[in-house]
Formats: sequence, structure tokens, C-alpha cells
Amino acid sequence: MTNGSKRETMQKTLIKLFVISATTAVFAVPAWAKQTGGVFISSEKDNTITVLDGKTWQQVALIKTCKRPRHMQLTPDSARLIVACGDDGRADILDVAKKQMVDRVQLEQGAEIFDLSPDGKTLYFSNEEQAQLSMVNLATKKVVRNVKVGEEPEGVKVTPDGKTIYVTSEVANMVHVIDAAAGKVVKNIEVGKRPRRFALTADGKELWVTNELGASVSIIRTADHSVAATLEFVPKGFRVDDITPVGITMTRDGKTAFVALGRANHVAVVDVATRTVKKFILVGKRPWGLALSRDNLTLYVANGMSDDVSIIDVTRGRALKSVKAGRVPHSVVIDD
Amino acid sequence: MIEPPLSQWHKVIACAALALASLAAQGRELKIAIVFDPDDAHYDAKRLEKNYPGHPLGRPRVGAEVAIGESTFQLDQAGLKVTLQDVPAENVQAAKAKIEALAKQGVRHFLLDLPGVTVAKLAMALRKTDVMLFNVSAPEVTLRRDACSANLFHTLPDEAMTADAMAQFLTSRKWTKVLLLTGAMPADLAQVSAAQKAIKRYGLKLVASKPFKLSNDPRERDLANVTLLTAGIEADVVWVVDADGEFARDVPYHTVLPRPVVGSAGLVAEGWHASWERYGAPQLNRRFKKAANRVMASADWAAWMATKAIIEVALKLPDASQHRRALRNQGIVLDGFKGARLSFRSWDQQLRQPLFLAQGGIGGGIAGVAPFDGFLHPKNNLDTLGTDEKESPCKLTDASGDSGGKK
Repeated sequence: MTNGSKRETMQKTLIKLFVISATTAVFAVPAWAKQTGGVFISSEKDNTITVLDGKTWQQVALIKTCKRPRHMQLTPDSARLIVACGDDGRADILDVAKKQMVDRVQLEQGAEIFDLSPDGKTLYFSNEEQAQLSMVNLATKKVVRNVKVGEEPEGVKVTPDGKTIYVTSEVANMVHVIDAAAGKVVKNIEVGKRPRRFALTADGKELWVTNELGASVSIIRTADHSVAATLEFVPKGFRVDDITPVGITMTRDGKTAFVALGRANHVAVVDVATRTVKKFILVGKRPWGLALSRDNLTLYVANGMSDDVSIIDVTRGRALKSVKAGRVPHSVVIDD
Repeated sequence: MIEPPLSQWHKVIACAALALASLAAQGRELKIAIVFDPDDAHYDAKRLEKNYPGHPLGRPRVGAEVAIGESTFQLDQAGLKVTLQDVPAENVQAAKAKIEALAKQGVRHFLLDLPGVTVAKLAMALRKTDVMLFNVSAPEVTLRRDACSANLFHTLPDEAMTADAMAQFLTSRKWTKVLLLTGAMPADLAQVSAAQKAIKRYGLKLVASKPFKLSNDPRERDLANVTLLTAGIEADVVWVVDADGEFARDVPYHTVLPRPVVGSAGLVAEGWHASWERYGAPQLNRRFKKAANRVMASADWAAWMATKAIIEVALKLPDASQHRRALRNQGIVLDGFKGARLSFRSWDQQLRQPLFLAQGGIGGGIAGVAPFDGFLHPKNNLDTLGTDEKESPCKLTDASGDSGGKK
């Protein structure tokens, strides 16, 4: 198939989607009308974002991006999707409704995970080459501050009040607590080996951190930044060496956490209050990126080594379908 | 830090925490010495230019520097200053004297970048002392077996591990019929024996084993000519064992039948490779290349890993006399950027680790990572590579002063 005919087919699909979404918009909840319902999946090796329809799970678009797109996040108004590219060292900015790239911001080589300030004005990204957290003013597109952290920083999480930024260092095995206004590390918390990513509980009292090589999740009290507990995962038939937790997300009510276990090819479902694993759900190969639908009913899991996304029915606790999603899918974002 | 399984290691840390709290403020110093032979033939400039796969590409010292550099943040936090000291030594006596002199000044950690024979003699000569030796460049199996020693740790994989990794790869590819070409230099003998053992261990079929010789003498062409060496032999793969590397280099594409070449050329089992691109490896490779102006090879990684392991325990335990026991603890989790939880085998103090099956030399590819799927071990699948506890004559314990395999 030539590029031209591919584009034509895609356009037809897009038109179909617009018809479908227009119909849904009329008959469904009007408040959601401006949300596209699209599921965006970044592919590290194809330099594309695959867009699925959130209801039919059919591919509705394939968007070219900068090189090695990984972490993605919606702006607070959900109008734009920011995509960080590791190899180009920049972020592309996508118009979510039009599914077109509309802008770009220069970051640095190796930019992977980022988070936005609650007002959407500042982007904080971990710079694994320079071992620092960089703060970018999205209006001027300039780096306004760099904060030195441990080698190979990865996960970045801003608190809802915007005052604190948490960063993991994969090599120093620490979580750095950074005062956003002062631009300073105010505390270093020792966690497990190779800490990767974060989830904050709904009440903001606990910060959960996945430890890839530690095979665990460290649970940090945000009040005093002490480690309250360490959660371990032992799916049946696996050894601790096979458990490599990376992706993590929580339901909006903060009751349930989902942890992608990497090499173990399972997602753990954890009761947040009791800190107990309730279930392990079998997914594809090396699951990392997770995204939960707004209604908490559907979980999308990016399987990096099987080039697909597992779609999980949260209520039944099992995968319904796996959808092809470009080479080495990294992150999933749902516009709902 | 809490890692499963909860072990004595964490109790030790808990006990040390109080001591550390008071010490962190004062600032501590940790000196790591690197002992090397300035005339070591492995690092002859002309030899290094050849870039033989599996051989060093330069002195591994830079690996240790990179390890210290990437730990800066943690070291600053803990108020620990780590320095590296060069200790050139032409022979065992000189090395022993210099190590003992440094030990008097409080230095306890010594990286050994020395030929295997020297490592064995040195470990023996220093067995009554409390220094810790970390072998980073000698792959000889005997150092982990009969010549093993309580004061000696190994971060470089040994010949048995690399041979097992290769045999697992061949088994998983179902390339079971092997033609073995063997060198006759002293350094080849242990490698040949390791290859033979691995072939047997994994149920491969040795269809023929032939000695080769580097020669242009027409009277010796049966030994020197790869076409003649491989003629009339129906094998899936040619496994060449050549510790020197010059002969092996010309085996690929010279076989009678079109067959892959493995061992010392073609596909080579290595402890590290610059093409490995997961678990933080690209960042480590870039840091190393920036510091050394060349790519990272196995011995460089071994020096990096040994330094990281020393720093890991030194951050937790100010008292160096506890380090040996801490490193031997089976609950320790060392991150070698290979994606697995690494630790030292208690019986011979060899670091258990995955190995890369690399092809195409520098800039080439990685055909697989051993241990492969389906090669299982009752305790730790990494122990399917190399000498397992039951097979080893070496039975080291937490008691210091052990040495020698046969007890």
C-alpha cells in the first residue's frame, strides 16, 4: 500500500469516526461532548501515536511525532496533548480534537517522563543525561531552572497544590522532594532499587513509587516523607527476579491501585487502604504504561515487548482484548 | 531501603543506621585502590587496536571512575568521599608489598586488573590479611574453583559462565551439532575444557574436535587452513576456542559449508556490550564513552560493578570489616544495568549475572541474553551459568581466611 492510499484510507476512517462521535455527542452525555474519547498510545520505535476509538477500540488515526515519543500528558483543559521525545529532545504538542501537531517545545536529549504544574504553565521533565529536573515555561518555551538530582532521574510527579515535585533517581535509588518555588531539593527519601514512577493517593497523603529492580512499591507518607510500607508482589509461579514493577495508576476515588509488573507480564490490582494485592491480571509482554478511563471501568496497558495494548475490564478483572499499537508502545492517555 | 526477601542484610543496615547518622555529618573517606601490571600484555597498544571481541579494549580503570561519578549524589548525601588510587605492580611480590603498605594506611578495597596467575598468587599471599580483592579482568575458572579465596570476589564472568551461555544459546536455537576448533596455547586449555563441559551439560553433540595452529607453513596446512579444518564435517555450527584471537578472527566465512562461527569470533558471550540498550545501559554506555573515549567492554563493566558494589555496602556500613559479609549476603541486590538482581555466589564469590551473546563486535548486535527461557534452576536461574554450588570444589563461608577449593 502506498502512502497516498494509506492516507486516503485513514481519512475515510477519520470521517467515519467523526460521524460516530457526532452521533454519540448528540445522544450521550453533553458534558463530555468536547472530549474525543480517543485513546492515545505512543510508540517508541515507530515515532507515532496510535489513536483508538475509546468505544470500538478501532484505530482511528496514526500521528507522526518527533523521534522516540514516550510519556504523554493532556493539558489541564484537555485541548492539547504534550508528547515528550527522547531522541529528538523535544516535546510535540498535539491538538487533541484535530489530531494534528500544532506546536513544539525544545527539551533535552533523553527527556522521558514529565508532569505539568496545575495551572498548565510549567512543564517539569527529568533529564536523564544531565541528572537534573528541568523546569520549562511553556509560554516562552525556555528552560527556567535546572535542579540537580541523582543519576538517571525518571518519574516526575507534581502535587495538586503545585508546591512540591517528586522525582525518582534510578541509580541513586532515591525519591527527591523538590520545592517548586525555591527550585531546591529539600529531602531525599531512600526507596527500593531502581525506582521508576509515581502515583499519589486521592487524598494526597500517600505517594506510591514503583521499584523496578526492588520488585516492590514503596509507600511514602507525604506528611513527613517517611517510607510507611513496602508492598511486594508474588504472582503464582513467578520468582522475585521476574517481578519488575514500572507503571502505576490509581482509581479516582483512590481506593484501588494498578501496578504493571514488567517481566512478569501481569498487572497487580492493589487495595490501597489495606495495601494488599487483590488480583493479578495476565496481560502482554513487559507491560509498563497504564491508563484508566474516567469511569474507572477500563484499564489500558501498554505492552512494550509485544507491541500491543491490553484492554482490561476492571470489574471482571481480566483482559478483554489486545490491540496492535506500533513498535514498543510506551504510554497511554485517554481523552475522556 | 527494604528489598525482598527481608534478610540479615537489612538487620545489619538497621544496626548501622544509628552509627551512620552521627558519621554522615563528619564526612568519611573511602579509598579504593586499583592494582595493575604496567607491562600486562593484554593492554599492548597493537593488540588493543585489533578490538578482538571478548578482549579488553583498554584498562578497566575508567569503569571505576564512572561508578564513583554516577554515585556522587548519594555519596554527597552520606558525606562519603570516594577516591581511586593507582597501584602499579610488576609482579606478585611488588603487588603484595604495596597492598600491605596501603592496608596499614586503612585501605581495604583493591580492584585487581592483573593476569589470572598473579591474581591467584596474590590472593594466596594475602589470605591472612583483612583486605578485600576484586578481580575485574581475569576470566580463569580456576580462580573460582581450586584457587578460590575468601578475600577474593569476581565481577567478571568466568570461562565456564561464558561457555554455558553459548551452549544455552545453541540449544535454544537447536543448533546441536558442534565442530570444535581448539587452540593449544596454555590460555586455551581451560577455555577448551569449559566449552567441552558446556557442550556435554546442555546435551549438544560434539561431531568433531580439531586442534588448530597459526601457521603459514604448507607442511602444517591441515592445522592452519580453516577450509581444510572444516572439510567433510557435517556440523550446525563451528565453535572456535582461541584465547589469543588472531586465528579465530579469520574463521568466519572460511568454512567449507556456510555455517555460523561462535566462541572467540562470530557470536561471542560477553559480560557487557555497548549495543545493549535496556535497563539504563545506553546512559551507562554514554557516560563511559565520554570518560574513556571508547566503548565499554566486559572488564570495564566489571570494574564499574565492583566499585558500585563497594559503594553500596560502604554507604550503609562505615566499618569496612563488615563489608565482606555484607557483600556475601544473599539478600543484597546489585544493579548491573542488565535488568536482573545481581549478587555474589556464596560458595565462590563470583557475581551471578546475565551474559550477552554478541555478534559483529563493536557496533554489532546482541543475539540473545543468557540465561535463556526454559533453562531453570531450583534457586536462581542465573546459577545455570557457570559452576553451581554442588559442582564447585570451592566452599567459602562467612568465616574469613578460607582459601583453596579442596577441604
